Amino acid sequence: MRRTCLNMVHELAKRDDRVVFIGSDLSPGLLDDMKASFPDRHYMEGVAEANIIGMAAGMAMDGYVPYVNTIATFITRRCYEQVAVDLCLHDLPVRLIANGGGYVYAPLGPTHQATEDIAIMRALPNMAVVCPADADEMTRFMEASLDWPHPIYIRMAKGGDPVVTQGQKGFEIGKGVLLRDDPSANPVVFVATGVATTRCLAAAEALAERGIASRVLHLPTVKPLDEAMLADVAAPARLVVTVEEHSLIGGLGSAISDSLLVSLEGRLPPLRKLGIPDIFAKAYGGQDDLMHDVGLQPPQIVATVERALGLN
Amino acid sequence: MTADPIALARSLPAPPLDARSRYLRRLTVDALIGGERGHIGSTMSLIEILRVLYDSVLSYRADEPDWPARDRCVLSKGHGCLALYAVLADKGFFETAALTDFCRHHSFLGGHPERGKVPGVEASTGALGHGLSLGVGMALAQRMRGRAARVFVIMGDGEINEGSVWEAAMSAAKHRLDNLVAIVDYNKIQSAGPTAVIQELEPLADKWRAFGFETVEVNGHDVTALEEVLGALPRATGKPTAVICHTVKGKGIPFAEHDPSWHHKSKLPVEVHADLYAALEDA
Repeated sequence: MRRTCLNMVHELAKRDDRVVFIGSDLSPGLLDDMKASFPDRHYMEGVAEANIIGMAAGMAMDGYVPYVNTIATFITRRCYEQVAVDLCLHDLPVRLIANGGGYVYAPLGPTHQATEDIAIMRALPNMAVVCPADADEMTRFMEASLDWPHPIYIRMAKGGDPVVTQGQKGFEIGKGVLLRDDPSANPVVFVATGVATTRCLAAAEALAERGIASRVLHLPTVKPLDEAMLADVAAPARLVVTVEEHSLIGGLGSAISDSLLVSLEGRLPPLRKLGIPDIFAKAYGGQDDLMHDVGLQPPQIVATVERALGLN
Repeated sequence: MTADPIALARSLPAPPLDARSRYLRRLTVDALIGGERGHIGSTMSLIEILRVLYDSVLSYRADEPDWPARDRCVLSKGHGCLALYAVLADKGFFETAALTDFCRHHSFLGGHPERGKVPGVEASTGALGHGLSLGVGMALAQRMRGRAARVFVIMGDGEINEGSVWEAAMSAAKHRLDNLVAIVDYNKIQSAGPTAVIQELEPLADKWRAFGFETVEVNGHDVTALEEVLGALPRATGKPTAVICHTVKGKGIPFAEHDPSWHHKSKLPVEVHADLYAALEDA
């Protein structure tokens, strides 16, 4: 997904001379092909995130569309005021490509784990928050990103993630995608973003084998939120389950419950929110290990659903 | 290292303020009284810097603030905005009558300047330590577009406590941005007290030189000296310039000069209004 995203920056740069790449202190040779073709639009600026955000803003004020890339925690926590003021207050078309959303950097410890990034980014006016589920979706999103006139936070998954959005056409920022439908009258409805969607699809498959029907609503754009589609899909649900690789404070589940409390007032289905509790990770290992630790793997999601339905 | 920068500031030759400098200061007092608040000390130290920039250095069109070829001037110490508002109004970016609405609910002139609201304001500042990075990006943009436009960023001395300023300084030198000018309004007093006590900056010129800037020091209230320095930029090909302006906090208001308590004032009594105007009367 990361390689796809950065290759797309190069592709967009070929097509549009507004496109600029700014990295911090990334891998040697990163986007060297772009650097060779467009030396004045490829920047590697060192470990100085506050400066990078301001610099990108200064370029965007002159009509450029900078794609900024570094590790998710550094592009959110370190320079939050620059993101808030330089990008969001000025409402500039800068794209923040954030490596390692959630538990991707599990072995590197909590300093590198972006587990509250969605919450703090979506709290900023004008900022869009996008969490593609796979490389295919990333490609389609990047096409759509070019002319979006506002800042965008792009949460990257690990890379090599299974492709679950094949067959989808295009990408509309602010639109949800029903990746699994079910004709039954009162299905379980999963709502997820990023690679949590992949876990939900597997959980839905397992539930189907047990005779439990479910839908999976994938929200690659957490903000702006597709509230209309959410309400439509969730209204008939016997149970709504939000699933995210993110803190339960302020992320997708919070956005969904805030929305449904209003749109389905008086007829709100039972709701369960799965995510990361209010803790820093206590262990290392891999992304899947830490997701298991907080109950985000498919068998655990299935168990949560069955408990909620009174089936175990 | 200077033992007592405030003593040094007091010892600077201080050419008397001319009629234009007193007029611009009176405009800031109009706004200060209209809004019942303002960073008056931080404003008064800035007047000559902005006056010289807008009178004789910057290329701009007041009736076309977004003119692409303009020189950019970013007031990174956004709390000094009364000075910028006075100069922009005087230059015709907007009516001087708007100044007395400063900070009012319906006004476009807030306590910190906002891009898109105030004609001629290049960036929304007020959170300190942002302007030089914005300036680096703007200067790179001018280079990418092949424009001769220059970028001036005005910072406060307290502001450059921020680490982000020095990130930006390294970046400006790396990119050999000779179209970028960092101006420091070195009035030696930050909000809490003397910079020498709160966060010593000396040796300040050496710091900017070490960060790769062609650096010059000037009396920030001497119009002729400022014209000479700011009118002869860049000072070196392939290097950004730093202009350290030795200034006086509260300059022109004798009872406010060098006094940290005049960093910001609100709800000044009416009798003080008269004292402010009296201090700025034409001889």
